[in-house]
Amino acid sequence: MDTSPPDPQLSALYQELILDHYRRPRNQGTLDHATHSVSLNNPLCGDEIDLQLRVDGDVIKEARFIGRGCSISQAAASMMTQLLKDRSIPQALALADRMSAMMHGDEAAARDKALGELRALAGVSKFPVRVKCALLPWNALTDAVKA
Amino acid sequence: MLDVARLRADFPLLAQRENGHPLVYLDNAATTQKPQAVLDAIVEYYRTTNANVHRGAYDLAIRATEAYEAARLKVAAFVNAWAPEGVVFTRGTTEAINLVAGAYGRAHVRAGDSVVVTAMDHHSNLVPWQMLCQEKGATLRMVEITGDGRIDLSDYGRALERRPKIVAFPYVSNALGTVNPAAQLARLAHAVGAVVVVDGAQSTPHLKVDVQTIDCDFYALSGHKMLGPMGSGALVAKPALLEAMPPYHGGGEMISRVWDDHSTYNKVPHKFEAGTPNVEGAVGLAAAIAYLEGVGPERIAAHEQALAAAAIDRLTQIEGVTVYGPRDHRAGVVSFTYGDIHPHDIATILDQAGICIRAGHHCAQPLMRRLNVPATARASFYLYNGLDDVDALAGALVKAGALFGYVPA
Repeated sequence: MDTSPPDPQLSALYQELILDHYRRPRNQGTLDHATHSVSLNNPLCGDEIDLQLRVDGDVIKEARFIGRGCSISQAAASMMTQLLKDRSIPQALALADRMSAMMHGDEAAARDKALGELRALAGVSKFPVRVKCALLPWNALTDAVKA
Repeated sequence: MLDVARLRADFPLLAQRENGHPLVYLDNAATTQKPQAVLDAIVEYYRTTNANVHRGAYDLAIRATEAYEAARLKVAAFVNAWAPEGVVFTRGTTEAINLVAGAYGRAHVRAGDSVVVTAMDHHSNLVPWQMLCQEKGATLRMVEITGDGRIDLSDYGRALERRPKIVAFPYVSNALGTVNPAAQLARLAHAVGAVVVVDGAQSTPHLKVDVQTIDCDFYALSGHKMLGPMGSGALVAKPALLEAMPPYHGGGEMISRVWDDHSTYNKVPHKFEAGTPNVEGAVGLAAAIAYLEGVGPERIAAHEQALAAAAIDRLTQIEGVTVYGPRDHRAGVVSFTYGDIHPHDIATILDQAGICIRAGHHCAQPLMRRLNVPATARASFYLYNGLDDVDALAGALVKAGALFGYVPA
């Protein structure tokens, strides 16, 4: 049996902060007065998210989600909903771009404090097939505000 | 057990390393690796025999046609087909089932009729029937499964009370590994006058298959799941049914005489093989069958059952692991979950150890809903897998557990 220590890339991928958001997702549930709702799934792997926003003017007052999927997609959704609170829609879309850049290996984006806890997901960029997991909630956000 | 080391030497791809580890390929229900004999047969065909079939008047074209028709005989003998003309080459199981739904189904199913499928069918043996029933205003009846992942025979009996026109089921479940009592299911369906369609994608590679003993009407298989090339496969059918069916695709080869506004059709099986066929695929599939015959389908089945039993034994010793499907009457497919670790995360972690498994819904979303899981991880074995692969799988799973805070037992 292989008894070597865990792969460092895997340890970076599955760090505690990510597992904490996976097991105790923040802002999970539905909103009573949502202004924006969108459901998105990845038909290849089955990850799903229902994202709801309450937008006042152009400010996101609240974001909640119900998700089913892997630790990466669920942690990304949990972290995203925290970050979106009180952001304007243009700010939220700019963050979506920043997140996408980080997922595609942009090291400056991975150091950008604006991404908050999401920076813990920088290691996902080393796993190309998992990038879609981390971006699923952000694609839902983009769909919701552009609809 | 088979001599795995000797068999592996026949498969060039298995000598590769993945992510710095020896490759452990456990996704054989998705597709299989190819022995050198299959690769050689394809190259040899193009080097010495390539021409369009059933058309040329020259010797090269005659040899190409002979190679293609010899492959048909090989497939027919391998599953004990009713006759060689009952073997229609297709792109695989999916196209074979769509052919039955599109040609037989559209001609025979009417509004108010019913078509029966099971909750363990692959999407390829479900969606074509959904499409047919929607088009015809017919009812699709899905037979439930038991808690241990078998077809619920009492629900099957209830579904047959409506005297369905068509009954479709898998011989072996791709998601659970269940080996269904195909002959019994076919006999019950015939008793109410139904035509029986068997999805043989997971049985043909792994069991000794005899379609006449099963006594179904249509049997679909995929070449790439049995060491053959992708895009090869066949529909095996009772010739009289094929003869009575309207064609599926129109084009060259499937015609007899073509007029301005109508055509008459070629005899079976050519009526269902419009256009230039995948001759390379047929030749490669024949080479794959020769390889499987050399090892012996019964020995392959026994080997895989031993591997599945060993895997289930090892995996269920890991606290938090759940294995799905029956404990007996099963093939070498082991579907499992591990605590709250999502199967995609399991697959990523195993991949870093060079182990290829499938994670997801396995093209069986209705089944996943019944198991009450969004997805499972699935290890599926073939003749070149050994107990060392089971060891690697169990070891890497323990590591996956450690990353997620599970303590090994």
